[in-house]
Amino acid sequence: MPIQRSLKAIGSRTINAVWRMGYASRFLVLTLIYSGLSFRRFRLTVKEMFFSGVMSIIIIMVAGMFVGMVLGLQGYETLKRYGSESALGTLVALSLVRELGPVLAALLFASRAGSAMTAGIGLMKATEQISAMEMMAVNPIARLIAPRFWAGVFSMPLLASIFSVMGVFGGYVVGVVVIGVDEGSFWSQMQDAVDFQHDIMNGLIKSFVFGVAVTVIALFEGFDAPPTAEGVAGATTRTVVQSSLAILLLDFILTAFMFRGA
Amino acid sequence: MLWLGIAWFRMPLLKSSAGFGSVTSSQALVEIRDVNFSYGSRAILKGINMTLPKGKVIAVMGGSGCGKTTLFRLIGGALKPSKGYVKVDGQVIHELDHKGLYEIRRKMGVLFQFGALFTDMSVYDNVAFQMREHTDLPEEIIHDLVMMKLHAVGLRGTQNLMPVELSGGMARRVALARTIALDPMLILYDEPFAGLDPISLSVVGDLIRRLNDALGATSVIVTHDVPESLKIVDYIYFISEGVIVAEGTPDEIRNSEIPYVHQFINGEKDGPVPFHYPGGDYKRDLGVSA
Amino acid sequence: MERSTYDLWVGAFVVAGIGALMVLALKVGNLSTYNMSETYQLQVYFTNIGGLKPTASVRSAGVLVGRVATITLDPERYEAKVTLTLDSRYKFPSDTIAKIQTSGLLGENFIGLMPGAEDKMLDNGELLKQTQSAMILEDLIGQFIYGKPDSTK
Repeated sequence: MPIQRSLKAIGSRTINAVWRMGYASRFLVLTLIYSGLSFRRFRLTVKEMFFSGVMSIIIIMVAGMFVGMVLGLQGYETLKRYGSESALGTLVALSLVRELGPVLAALLFASRAGSAMTAGIGLMKATEQISAMEMMAVNPIARLIAPRFWAGVFSMPLLASIFSVMGVFGGYVVGVVVIGVDEGSFWSQMQDAVDFQHDIMNGLIKSFVFGVAVTVIALFEGFDAPPTAEGVAGATTRTVVQSSLAILLLDFILTAFMFRGA
Repeated sequence: MLWLGIAWFRMPLLKSSAGFGSVTSSQALVEIRDVNFSYGSRAILKGINMTLPKGKVIAVMGGSGCGKTTLFRLIGGALKPSKGYVKVDGQVIHELDHKGLYEIRRKMGVLFQFGALFTDMSVYDNVAFQMREHTDLPEEIIHDLVMMKLHAVGLRGTQNLMPVELSGGMARRVALARTIALDPMLILYDEPFAGLDPISLSVVGDLIRRLNDALGATSVIVTHDVPESLKIVDYIYFISEGVIVAEGTPDEIRNSEIPYVHQFINGEKDGPVPFHYPGGDYKRDLGVSA
Repeated sequence: MERSTYDLWVGAFVVAGIGALMVLALKVGNLSTYNMSETYQLQVYFTNIGGLKPTASVRSAGVLVGRVATITLDPERYEAKVTLTLDSRYKFPSDTIAKIQTSGLLGENFIGLMPGAEDKMLDNGELLKQTQSAMILEDLIGQFIYGKPDSTK
């Protein structure tokens, strides 16, 4: 019966997903255990920070700028109706620092750096470079995976901050320079409303958590990819999809915790 | 005259004591005893017995899927046998802990099929990799060692090239230099001649022999290439369907009467390994009634 | 140890990132204008806190002087017991009035402190006796419609 078959398929896929999650958690623990090398030879981590962090700066800055500009436009539209245009600074800054900065920067990071990590590791597996390293008695998790993990975790909050700053700047350009919202109230209301501990720190914590999630998913998919061309391609796609979903899910959970309101 | 006669008389004795029937376990670097291995329910290796002495080059031949690569993985400790054991330098491989396994792997060199060079590093960094990871040697000494290894394989000018810029034969030779970087005592070659032009093939074969003798190591080659192997190896094992069907020196193999060996060595189209994959009746597949 | 170009770029990246964070903290947030290092606490009772939440601001003459720390229901008095965390720089006399105010017409609630004339200042843990609870919009509308006298204290 077709219903039975589809139920079986769903069941086996769910079990497979759960099994992979367990495997991925063990992978994360191993990565943390073997992290010593990433710090003793920090040069390795620095090199990976270049490839995932520095190379993402341009897209982060441009995207941040545009998002800020759109926030400025849309925000002005809506606030005008309640006579609260002067609150535009608050709207732009809070949206970015609390939500859009961490989340969008993480999504962009997953698409750009995450998929690159997956493809790189997957390809190394397919061309037996990982087996070669193991046979040379060099732990591939310590030498390849852990530096990339820490590079992603360190880069993510920095990128989110850059995104938010560019966004605020974009909102300023559109709101104050183009539309003509009062510059003084733009900044003063913003400074009044954005609290360092409550908003900025929480945003940083979010981006840190996203960094861990995205990097672990990217590295795990690459490490676990079937050593064929289709295998690596599929793994890269899975990285982007799963990272995105993980980011949004974690965002909900963290927001619920942090910005509860009594 | 008498002195010459005694010398001449003793030489055959010396030669025969190097024969393989009388090799004691202290001379063998690798001992494989009654090794069985299965992937799930599929038996890959059934009761393999091999003795690999020090200083020799041994070839392992057989058709595709006969278990040659699995054997390599068992020697290297990447797989555990379901029965029997593999001893390298007196230690049972699958009983070693993590640390012990890594220790023994540092004395092994493996040349993977097609080289498996690290594509994100230069030739120099590839050869220097093991030295940097496992020793505290200063960079000046590493530099000299890398130059020596590259010189041994004849590629000293390529140090700053990236692997993607090398031809197949050159990449294979660089991988060979990397394999012998720490002067291993056991070197495993997985299809070292695959896809090489005749010149490179001959060069690699020659290098395998000369490096083995220079290092006093034991080399095991898994290969399909009959002419080149017969030229350079000391002993050959034939594996078919998980068991050793024949073994011997190149001369013994060349003159072997065993049908499988005969078919393999002479490249006959049909024999113990049939041409046709077992299928149904041809007439029935064509839809023609008898 | 030789230098490599990676170090340069990553260094620049880290500087840019931390710089962005500083900009956010100082220009966008209120870190420079407001830094509560030394604090003390005061208690207040309200009959109705309205929409007051923890971390709401406490202001005097419009200036931020502290934050609402906790809000609980006192089980004996059945009144809201609010704990305020105030900046130690600002001391208030013992007859200060604490009033729940609304920011703007429909904004969030905050506590306004209107100092009295007494010489004695309140110390850590002491009670603010004079309070004015929140103005509940529904009650106001009710008064307006039905003309009832002011029942909030």
